[in-house]
Amino acid sequence: MKRLLLFAWAICSATASFAQEQNTFGGQLHGNFQLDGQLYLRDESIDPTGEFYPDERFLGQGYANFVYTDGNFSSGLRYENYQNVMLGFPEGYRGEGIAYRYLQFKQDGLDITVGNFYEQFGTGMVFRSYEERGLGYDNAMDGVRIKVNPISGLSLKAVMGRQRFYFEKSPGLLRGIDAEYNLSKELFPKLDSAGLRWTVGGSYISKYQRANDPFLVLPENVAAGGVRTQVSKGPWAMQVEYAYKANDPSADNGYIYKDGNGILANVSYSKNGLGIIAGVKRIDNMSFRTDRNGSTIDMLVNYLSPTAQVHTYALPALYQYATQINGEEGIQLEANYKFKRNTTLGGKYGTLLSVNYSVVQSIDKDYVDPALDTLRTLQGYYSDPMMRGDIPYFHDFNVTLSKKINKKLKVNAMYLNLFYNRSVLEDGLGDESILLNPDGQKLMSGDIFILESLYKVKRKHYLRTEFQHLSTKDDRGSMAMALAEYSIAPHWFFSVQDIYNYGNPDEAQRLHYPLASVVYTAGTSRFQLSYGRQQRGIFCVGGVCRVVPPSNGVSFSLTTSF
Amino acid sequence: MLFLRGAERLPVFFEYTLENMKQLLTAIAFFGLFQLGAQELPSTMLKTLDGQSINIQDAISDEGPTVISFWATWCKPCIKELTAFMDYAIDLEEEVGAKVLAVSIDDSRNSARVAPMVQGQGWEYTVLLDENQDLKRNLGIVNVPFTLVLNKKGEVVWKHSGYSPGDEEELAEVVEEVAAGHHPSH
Repeated sequence: MKRLLLFAWAICSATASFAQEQNTFGGQLHGNFQLDGQLYLRDESIDPTGEFYPDERFLGQGYANFVYTDGNFSSGLRYENYQNVMLGFPEGYRGEGIAYRYLQFKQDGLDITVGNFYEQFGTGMVFRSYEERGLGYDNAMDGVRIKVNPISGLSLKAVMGRQRFYFEKSPGLLRGIDAEYNLSKELFPKLDSAGLRWTVGGSYISKYQRANDPFLVLPENVAAGGVRTQVSKGPWAMQVEYAYKANDPSADNGYIYKDGNGILANVSYSKNGLGIIAGVKRIDNMSFRTDRNGSTIDMLVNYLSPTAQVHTYALPALYQYATQINGEEGIQLEANYKFKRNTTLGGKYGTLLSVNYSVVQSIDKDYVDPALDTLRTLQGYYSDPMMRGDIPYFHDFNVTLSKKINKKLKVNAMYLNLFYNRSVLEDGLGDESILLNPDGQKLMSGDIFILESLYKVKRKHYLRTEFQHLSTKDDRGSMAMALAEYSIAPHWFFSVQDIYNYGNPDEAQRLHYPLASVVYTAGTSRFQLSYGRQQRGIFCVGGVCRVVPPSNGVSFSLTTSF
Repeated sequence: MLFLRGAERLPVFFEYTLENMKQLLTAIAFFGLFQLGAQELPSTMLKTLDGQSINIQDAISDEGPTVISFWATWCKPCIKELTAFMDYAIDLEEEVGAKVLAVSIDDSRNSARVAPMVQGQGWEYTVLLDENQDLKRNLGIVNVPFTLVLNKKGEVVWKHSGYSPGDEEELAEVVEEVAAGHHPSH
């Protein structure tokens, strides 16, 4: 309470002093609110033993954000409550409280934030603090951030603090700096006249966590750093980032003293209705947390983005890729092309073609005999970046065609070929145990067809339908899905869908998964009510995933913002 | 569960809850002090597709209405909305001088995919990047898609969250009303 009063006093006095200068309370207050709840119904066909049926019967959670900005001053807070946390979310969210509050002001060219903040260096390979509320991911920093632009084109950032760990803080501290320089027109007129845009950057971050292990001499300070560059000229653009991490024995890597590194590079071309991007990525032992014993999505310092497409159609979304922080390598190619109007393939309105290919596998690992490795220098394995790994993790090849047929009808068709290593991506097995027993791997491969259409019934009335089919002999077997949505702009939206898992190898599990929803939207407020059955699955945002248990029930969601 | 753990736990629990309620009410009371006037955009830095920094306040139009549409490369409704609105945007730009800003909230890894996607979709919007989601947070936006309409004075006069087919017709009507100097009636 005392802390909060102090905070409130700080807001008040800071605002008052700014207000005196500007002689007004003319700031901006924005915020939002979300409340989700579900009444769970016992459903013996999806959950025979009742292990996923919560004791509470009803679970609900919500939050409200308030952000006040007035010229150079900004402050905000978020109140969160979990009574109790919904199934599938991390159970560390329990109870209620103010989990996020900050004050930010700009003075003499400095931009200072105290309290909580979200920040990232480059693509986040060494540091990214962010939130993804739908996932229950929040590693907000609590500390100080300073940003400054000493000369044109140069931006410097310094951060210090501890990370959020549900309603507590991480045991380790973080201190980091980042510099990014955009080679400016004034200093490099030749670059500008050549049409070249060039940015370079570098970052350094260090974590400190006390160590008191009876057997291992653990490093208390662990540093990581990265360099990056971005060049673009006309339709071409290229980004490269390299990151290095000092040895950091952790639960993730089996307490080995090997250092880590990662590289991410993209080249893209975008012009006249054509967009192509090709990327490569390699990560070796880049798990980095402010608690060396942490697991799942807790207290991650860095963010290793996936090189796989994110799918929003229901069946492909059952098999989403999750980044393997201990090591992976992959490539991604993506092309979008719009066939112009009034051409053979374009027709009257133009046709959109998208092709995407991504593949991810393990990195090469040559394991050291533990008998030859001493405790202080425990290397674990050697990896040759030029060699391919032996374990396939994932691939996805898909082609989508989108076409407006006439004034009333639009059609989307998609074909997708999928490979998914369930032992790695669902069970989290390490490479070493898979290599010992390669035949024990649970693999899944399949083909998915999707046909989506949007039909304009009359002004502001639309009917959207989806038909999806997954054919596979693996895992849960083949499934078919149908969906119909009717929307009346701007307020109403009705949806019914059913997934029929007709090919399940277990005949008792050849079930229907029906779901019906009604949504009412008024401006920025949205209320959703749904009833139905949900399959077990994996919910992912940006390569970070959580497992969603099967459930049946009535759920609602209310969001609003102002 | 709670009640099974013995009665001595209860007072502690309720005290905890009350304490937090007090915290919340105090905080709301402080925020409540501020009068809500016509909303303008908070000063926030974004990036252009070629890496230059730009303040959102400098990106909006002072000659006609500005539409700001928040989107992401992984958000299908967003892409549907921007594609469907493209047909209207061309006319609105010509007829009433409207400007459309498509602000991507993709993180900096995915932001490399923004330019190829914009070209491949054939969009002709001005695209800006909100990589650290600062503007999204400052405006209190929960999810994308999220659309704002500003009048030429830079005041936010209309907001909408989510996208269902047909919303683009509504949005086009709102932009026309705002261009004519009216406050949108929706």
